[in-house]
Amino acid sequence: MAAPASDLTVTVAALALAAGTFALRLAGPLLRARVTVPPRVQRLLADAAVVVLTALAATSAVTTGHGFAGPARPAGVAVAAVLAARRAPFAVVVLAAAGTTALLRLLLGG
Amino acid sequence: MASMRSIWRTKRVRILVPGLRRGIALICLSVGIVGVSYGAAATAAGFPAWVPVLTAGAVLAASSEFLFLGILAGGGSPVAAVAAGLLVNARHLTYGLAAADVIEPGWRRIAGTHLMSDETVVLALAQPDRGRRRAAYWAAGAGIAVCWPGGALAGALLGRAAHGTGLAGPGALGLDAVFPAAIMALVLPALRDDRRARRAALAGTAVALAVTPFVPAGLPELLALAGLAAAGRPPWFRRQPRKPWFTRRPTDPGAA
Repeated sequence: MAAPASDLTVTVAALALAAGTFALRLAGPLLRARVTVPPRVQRLLADAAVVVLTALAATSAVTTGHGFAGPARPAGVAVAAVLAARRAPFAVVVLAAAGTTALLRLLLGG
Repeated sequence: MASMRSIWRTKRVRILVPGLRRGIALICLSVGIVGVSYGAAATAAGFPAWVPVLTAGAVLAASSEFLFLGILAGGGSPVAAVAAGLLVNARHLTYGLAAADVIEPGWRRIAGTHLMSDETVVLALAQPDRGRRRAAYWAAGAGIAVCWPGGALAGALLGRAAHGTGLAGPGALGLDAVFPAAIMALVLPALRDDRRARRAALAGTAVALAVTPFVPAGLPELLALAGLAAAGRPPWFRRQPRKPWFTRRPTDPGAA
């Protein structure tokens, strides 16, 4: 099967993505090293990370691309959430998520 | 000098208590398995085996790489593929600002910066002190730096074989639920302890879910930052209270 794009195109594009991503990653620590950040702003930045991570967990649990991911995955993550809220060990939480999702897919076919 | 370095190394390993080590191992395992599916999907789409390994090593950000190769495979332009990947990765800017103290200055910053990801940052932020944050960040980062490209390599080599056996598809084993569950479990303590963060996170999540059907990948998580406005007015936004009318002198301009 022919490759979707030429080797050179893919390499250059991949390296561009890599460089851009590295710049995005570096900007934070670089800025913090040069600018004294007051505690209130530090708190805001920590909150910002929590907000983004929570939103990420929700969207990756519930959606695939632009649409709903089907009932199995959100249900699995919900079960994991209950266990996590009850302070179950991390391994149990993660395995319960996978297991519940797999089981529901088996039963519901989606 | 050598003995100091070894003491430091032992201290760091001891900081990683068994529970944390197990958690990191699990995360690395799941990253490796998704890596296999990534490599297999890439070769199934027609890319040579070195392509997913290159992106996996150089970018080290799974969701953006899936999207990047997906756009190229679908005939999209390389510019669109890079732009979409960068949009998805824009959240690393927030991570870098929040977790800056975890990455030590100096030459280690380059490696430490490259290891930044959802998993390493959420693990680090879940730790109670800086020493543990750094230990967790580096251990997870190193593990993922091995498992993600390693998995991609394995998947690319197994190629059609992995695809055929269903190894490549995380669906049947429920593996696609592992990532959201892991992130959720690690961010839960922060939500539990901090009312402002919890309010902001819930509002932000509502925004993100609402806009997902309409905006490109990566944008919902960034738009979730709007939830910070719901966290309650931060102290520096509080205006001075207006003086009551009966204390205002007649020569006052009036409107305050």
